[in-house]
Amino acid sequence: MIKLKKLSNSQLAIPLLALFLVIIFNLFRDVGFFSISVIRNNYGNLVLSGNIISILNGGSELAVLAIAMTLVTSATKGQDISVGALAAIAGSVFVRILRANQITMPVILLAFLAACIVAILFALFTGTLVAFFNIQPMIASLILFTAGRPIAYWINGGATPTVESPLLDCIGSFIPGIPIPSPILIVIIFGIFVSLVLRFTNLGLYTQAVGINERAARLNGINPVFIKLLSFIILGVCVAIAGCINVCRIGLINHETILIDIEMDAILAVAIGGNSLSGGKFRLAGSVIGAYIIQALTITLYAMKVPSTAVKAYKAIVIIAIVVIGSPVVHKYAHEFREKFFKKPMTVTENN
Amino acid sequence: MKNDIVLSMRGICKTFPGVRALYNVDFTLFKGEIHALMGENGAGKSTLIKVLTGVYQKDSGQISIPGVNKDITIKSPQEAQNLGISTVYQEITLCPNLTVAENMFIGRGNYHFINWRSREKKATEILSRLNIPTSATRQLGTCSLAVQQMVAIARAVDMECKVLILDEPTSSLDEKEVELLFSLMRDLKSRGVGIIFITHFLEQVYEICDKITVLRNGELIGEYEINDLPRVQLISKMLGKDLDDISELKNRKLSQNMQDAPLVYEATGLSSTEGIKPFNFFIHKGEVNGFTGLLGSGRSESVRAIFGADRVTCGEVRVNGKNAKISKPRDAMKYGIGYLPEDRKQDGIIEDLSVRENIILALQVMKGFFRPFSKSEAETFADKYIKLLEIKTASRDTPIKSLSGGNQQKVILARWLLTNPQYLLLDEPTRGIDIGTKVEIQKLVLKLAAEGVSVTFISSEIEEMLNTCSRLIVMRDRKIVGELDGEKMTQAKIMHTIAGEATQND
Repeated sequence: MIKLKKLSNSQLAIPLLALFLVIIFNLFRDVGFFSISVIRNNYGNLVLSGNIISILNGGSELAVLAIAMTLVTSATKGQDISVGALAAIAGSVFVRILRANQITMPVILLAFLAACIVAILFALFTGTLVAFFNIQPMIASLILFTAGRPIAYWINGGATPTVESPLLDCIGSFIPGIPIPSPILIVIIFGIFVSLVLRFTNLGLYTQAVGINERAARLNGINPVFIKLLSFIILGVCVAIAGCINVCRIGLINHETILIDIEMDAILAVAIGGNSLSGGKFRLAGSVIGAYIIQALTITLYAMKVPSTAVKAYKAIVIIAIVVIGSPVVHKYAHEFREKFFKKPMTVTENN
Repeated sequence: MKNDIVLSMRGICKTFPGVRALYNVDFTLFKGEIHALMGENGAGKSTLIKVLTGVYQKDSGQISIPGVNKDITIKSPQEAQNLGISTVYQEITLCPNLTVAENMFIGRGNYHFINWRSREKKATEILSRLNIPTSATRQLGTCSLAVQQMVAIARAVDMECKVLILDEPTSSLDEKEVELLFSLMRDLKSRGVGIIFITHFLEQVYEICDKITVLRNGELIGEYEINDLPRVQLISKMLGKDLDDISELKNRKLSQNMQDAPLVYEATGLSSTEGIKPFNFFIHKGEVNGFTGLLGSGRSESVRAIFGADRVTCGEVRVNGKNAKISKPRDAMKYGIGYLPEDRKQDGIIEDLSVRENIILALQVMKGFFRPFSKSEAETFADKYIKLLEIKTASRDTPIKSLSGGNQQKVILARWLLTNPQYLLLDEPTRGIDIGTKVEIQKLVLKLAAEGVSVTFISSEIEEMLNTCSRLIVMRDRKIVGELDGEKMTQAKIMHTIAGEATQND
């Protein structure tokens, strides 16, 4: 009971509730929605298939980007809207290097590293504007939001080149013999890595301190400029991961459409996860759950045969509901309502 | 001049939950008079001004203005303006990206169509009439702060104000700019505008004002002609200590033999971007000394310079006899210096983080980015100091923002005690907290000193300084004007030194 109460006061209450509602809705709509089956894919491997797998698989890029967006939001009190465009740049670099060489595992690693470095450099450009020049993150990232895809276009000379290799399929779809899609594995590994970083460094404490009270953080010896830049470096890495996963998944780079509009979904994931968009305290788990809620919504709508052009409108309705339910005003009303109708003796905890 | 009252306030009371901000305060302003409103922080100056300008509504009392027959209740700043009461705040509230003329007319009247050409002409006229050295078409942000301040005044004056309130207009101006502002004030005075002038600079009060009204703890202490109230008296009235009954027999055992202890910190010619005059300063091991002076005298800026909180512009620093370079807080922390800032909310607490995280923050930063404390270590630290300082909190995981001010202060204190400093800078550690906690903190300071920690203590309450410090450095107008120790440390002496009249009155 106490645990339940703790959960209901926790930041994760709303995202978990939303996820629960999406699941319940689907159960009533179609009991078979959650069935997972084992099928044999084109390459003759036994793989898992079903809506849940599609949600987890398709939400990979968004989940990675939501992590980055959460950190940037916390440290800088603003959002980076150029992640989609940066992913296009990172993906283009990845493809360019792959196409210039015979595709082997070392080359793929090299190409990924190059994509990381390029993405970090571009993210640091935005980061510098934010950290040194105190430009609002959304404005600072507007530059690459606009210029990013044209830069990606230039990297591959305007074409939408394809890359094909069984090795890339291992990253983008399945590793032979493992029935779980590789992007899910990548997200799990990355998630473990990030939680280890949070556990064994002070990234979380410093980032939140800077986001909540920059002046006080500085007086305690934290360098706010460095922390903000660090969040953008992490953003660069995440963007490269998301871009490369997507390239491997579809086997080509189209700088115009790759991860288009994903920045808005990433920001939404942060908000749905119960994190304040004005920075400060954060829970990464909330953002990741938020990312999968968004993906689950999309898949649900597709399953309901909503035309793909109309999906966004329906998504918007649900998101409005989630965000409004999570708002402080509704919280206050809910609290008053509870006080009024389920009056309990006040539990005094604050006296000694 | 005496017969024209432009504003009178009688028996004004204003209570906030838990605080009596104003009690039975009278204030009278005559035509063509510059009237200083004096008092330390929390005396009720700003509340009185806010009641007058409609930001707050008075609980009781009367405000009357000639020409308006009945009692007035001012409900909004707009209404105050219509009654001829204009205010220019310390922070300039104009729009820097608009022109001077636009700033002078924006938000006034309910015109739908505006002839900017004629406005510019009118603005130019006003500017030249008031001798303000700028042109109407210039962008406000490109003018100096003084000129911006004057434009704000010009805007107020043009709204046919009879009462002009200047709330700390000079705090960000240099001497020349202040002179410029004063000549404008004298000009307005000769035109019959009544001016209420709020400042922390004593010199300026005596330079320009005709009368002084002193408030303390929300109550009226008195209204005086400037010539009837020498500086020392003014300070004693502001601080609430009568010169006659000064008991100076505080025991100060600590002051003895301080000279023999090694120097922990030593600075020569230290100055920062906050505009303090370069100063020399030192502290012995286990010594408690203090910076005293009125608000705005530069005492906070001095300790901030020592800690590297503001950008240090010049000066040499020696810690434990060795040359040291302190340019940012992290450097100071490495030398074992801790700093409890004056502004707890802005500079001290990290609101949303827990008591535990707030306590371990400084030590954690010193330990390093890659070496976080385990949760149990952090909890041990937190529990130890919650117990030691008797911090009243629901749990160590409670966000610090839900604690009372005094307990927040104890958390910040715990944060620095945890770092085991050799030198602590405490800027107003007792502000805004209850008497019991104040005494506890003073005791703690003495205990630390006995253990060999050096402490620099700042407090607005001279008594606290006398209780704890063995040496006082007196500041006025951003420079050190005296140093007192041993027998010389008396309230009278401090006040004389602050007033800068030591030689005349002794």
